Amino acid sequence: MSGETHEAVHRHEAPKSFIRKYIFSLDHKVIGIQYIILALAAVLVGMTMSVLMRLKLSWPGTSWSILGTLFPHGAPGGVMNPEFYLSLVTMHGTIMVFFVLTTAPQGGFGNYFLPIQIGAEDMAFPFLNMMSFWVTLVGFIVILAAIFVEGNTTIANSVGAALGGASGSTVGPIGGWTGYAPLSAVGLPAGPGQGAGMNLWIVSIAIFCVGSLLGALNFITTLLNMRTRGMQLMRMPLTCWAWFTTAVLALLSFPVLLGGGILLLLDRTVGTSFFVPGGLVFGSSVLTTHTGGSPILWQHLFWFFGHPEVYIAILPGMGATSHILSTFARKPVFGYRAMVFAIFAIGLLGFFVWGHHMFISGMSPYSAMTFSILTLSIGVPSAVKTFNWLGTLWGARIRFTTPMLFAIGFVSLFVAGGITGLVLGQTSLDLPMHDTYFVPAHFHLVMGVASIFGMFAATYFWFPKMFGRFMNERLGKLHFWITFVGVYCIFVPMHTMGMVGMPRRYAQFTEYRWLDTLHPLVVFVSIAAIITVLTQIVFYFNLVWSVFKGKKAGQNPWEATTLEWTTTSPPPHDNFAGVLPVVYRGPYEFAVPGAVKDFTMQTEPEASEVAVTEGVGGNGHDVHKH
Amino acid sequence: MGRALAVIIWILTLGSVSLFFVKKWWFPEAISAHAAALDRQFLLTIIVVGIAFTVAQVGLGYVVWKFRDRGPSDRAVYTHGSNRLEVVWTIVTAVVFIGLAVMGQSVWASLHFNKAPAGSFQVEVVAQQFQWNFHYAGKDGVFGRTDPNLIDDSALNYIGVDQTDPNAKDDVVHSVIAVPEGRPVELILRSRDVIHNFWVPQLRFKQDLVPGMMIRVHFTANRPGKYELACAELCGQFHYRMKSFMLVLPADEHQALMALPQDQFQTRITELLAKYELPAYKQ
Repeated sequence: MSGETHEAVHRHEAPKSFIRKYIFSLDHKVIGIQYIILALAAVLVGMTMSVLMRLKLSWPGTSWSILGTLFPHGAPGGVMNPEFYLSLVTMHGTIMVFFVLTTAPQGGFGNYFLPIQIGAEDMAFPFLNMMSFWVTLVGFIVILAAIFVEGNTTIANSVGAALGGASGSTVGPIGGWTGYAPLSAVGLPAGPGQGAGMNLWIVSIAIFCVGSLLGALNFITTLLNMRTRGMQLMRMPLTCWAWFTTAVLALLSFPVLLGGGILLLLDRTVGTSFFVPGGLVFGSSVLTTHTGGSPILWQHLFWFFGHPEVYIAILPGMGATSHILSTFARKPVFGYRAMVFAIFAIGLLGFFVWGHHMFISGMSPYSAMTFSILTLSIGVPSAVKTFNWLGTLWGARIRFTTPMLFAIGFVSLFVAGGITGLVLGQTSLDLPMHDTYFVPAHFHLVMGVASIFGMFAATYFWFPKMFGRFMNERLGKLHFWITFVGVYCIFVPMHTMGMVGMPRRYAQFTEYRWLDTLHPLVVFVSIAAIITVLTQIVFYFNLVWSVFKGKKAGQNPWEATTLEWTTTSPPPHDNFAGVLPVVYRGPYEFAVPGAVKDFTMQTEPEASEVAVTEGVGGNGHDVHKH
Repeated sequence: MGRALAVIIWILTLGSVSLFFVKKWWFPEAISAHAAALDRQFLLTIIVVGIAFTVAQVGLGYVVWKFRDRGPSDRAVYTHGSNRLEVVWTIVTAVVFIGLAVMGQSVWASLHFNKAPAGSFQVEVVAQQFQWNFHYAGKDGVFGRTDPNLIDDSALNYIGVDQTDPNAKDDVVHSVIAVPEGRPVELILRSRDVIHNFWVPQLRFKQDLVPGMMIRVHFTANRPGKYELACAELCGQFHYRMKSFMLVLPADEHQALMALPQDQFQTRITELLAKYELPAYKQ
């Protein structure tokens, strides 16, 4: 353990006041938990919306009286109208992608554990870190405001009018999470959901971009400058590599979305024409306020961000999975170097494939071909990661704890979701598949559910560190079994729907005879979705209950090897009580032959290394080489 | 626990794969010239995907079945990996994946890297929110001039045909697309308002209609019949019912239809819609 006492102990005490300690905190651990709570709140909204969508799709004419009461115009008589459904689609996608998949994995667990895993006392810029969370929270409040501004006629007629007009019959804008122009750019002439809600949507995303940029700068600086002594880059846990690469992706892609969002807002509010061509006709009258813009430009800007965003969502899950698999396999990560390079390759290639969302957009068919081949190349590092996960488990001695179950589930779901990218990435096959249910099936499994499984694994794994108590294993396992089977039942049949040709973003499937045959599958998926969503109550209950009543956990309850397990649970305000740990070895030294225990901590010196390290100064850059 | 997980993974794998291979739910039967090659490429891809999926999941099930914890005295294998294995699986997947990507270009290239063949039947398509408008050139084979300023939905001039243009005299605009069997069709795609997408599942073909752009695409439909036409790009409130039909007609029937003036064209389309039935879908 970190028994070094030759450095003066310099403690940073936590602030005393409640507000500075828990609300406007500069402590990365508190900010991490704030991000996680934000994600837990956002995912409730997003899940509720998904259930409403399933109700509409499976039983389109059925009246749900509570909805009629809450949204007399969006669901008159309790029957959801099409624009209500489409606003659910938009809000569900936006809230899930931005406020769940981009907050918990990076802002949440990354914030909490990156500094501890590299042996730092805090992030490089604690104030920036605090700002990053509060800015993100404002973004969330703005997107929630869209529900009320668009969904309530009283508000719609007062505030809504001032913000660009609202119909009162939706719960937000209509445009999907991609908000394609000119539907999103011309305002009310394009129909309900194009007024105040759309303005709020753009503003919310722009705010979110700013928050993410602050976070990304902080992650990168912290990782590069604040590693403790001996923490060479290639001794970092794979989680740190994932968070670092994610931060680089965020730093390079969010500004593009921010810029695009500002241009879109200008098109809507001051009459610029970045995305709106001339001569558009709505209701027999020519729109004379715009001329010369390009709708495809928006798609390029959006997807230049949007594709890296997919990796922003899943890379932290990959990192957590590698980390947790190794810990409970009691075995070093197989091919650590290859894993690091694969993360880089995925991150790098992720910037050159955005056009695969646009094969049929009217873009040059030649560039479509280029994007297609680059897209399938991303399958290679993804497969390399999968092989190495299997390699890690090969010859292991697996302990089937709840976090391990979710990590194994991640591997299974990542394969299931990722592999259909081989279909969608081909230009030819995109002709029948584009904008069918094959697409939501693919990306929900891989960027949605797999990422979330990574986060479930992370939650069960690090909860003892964060709160000093275990989560309940029995409830955790119940949560795993139902969720794991449930998500397969939800998303695999959606592939079949896509092959038959069921279009996504349809408020109902009643108009087309060739879709009738799919009705049993639609109902099956809805029932599976409802059961799976209800099961999450078990998770929420377990979280809250375990904070107070969970079994007490010690410093290193999982017998793991990395730095977060060398400090108390929960760690003190300055993480290591003033004595920074010194690192002597790689992060996953399990089952070392000849060692007393089956795990060797990163801080445990080897006999030969003790002599070498004595007297070496500095505070932990890569200066110390053997 | 490990065995239970392995069995669940295997059952889910079997269930997932069988959903694809029982063929109860599959593509609607194709009617276009390029569809056979496309369907072959899909089948090849889905077989590769199926094999990779099955191997990975069965492998995952196997390791969780086999390598469970057996008490403190029995340790895991101590290894940090194998460069040879890394090289092997990187190369193998690269060859398979990039090979698939290259093969997947041929149908695309045949449709998009060539102009429509000479003698193609041309239709101008002007989409608007929740309605399709197909502009036929009539007997003279020349499209009349259109102008957005002339658009007047109440006078049924949805695409703004300029009636003063002599070429427009025999033009017909209708919400149903009628194409000849076995002859290449060139669509000239435009949109009045927002992005729409022309999609007939049996054609295995999809293309966005982008306002401000005129996009030319071509295909050949080779089986007479009536097919549902859908919009496949979110276009607003009633996107789900932006529906019409595509009629694929034998050459003579099609030629006769195209010779008709607007009012008779209308009547004839109604007759043809009644005459042809939708394909028999599996129930």
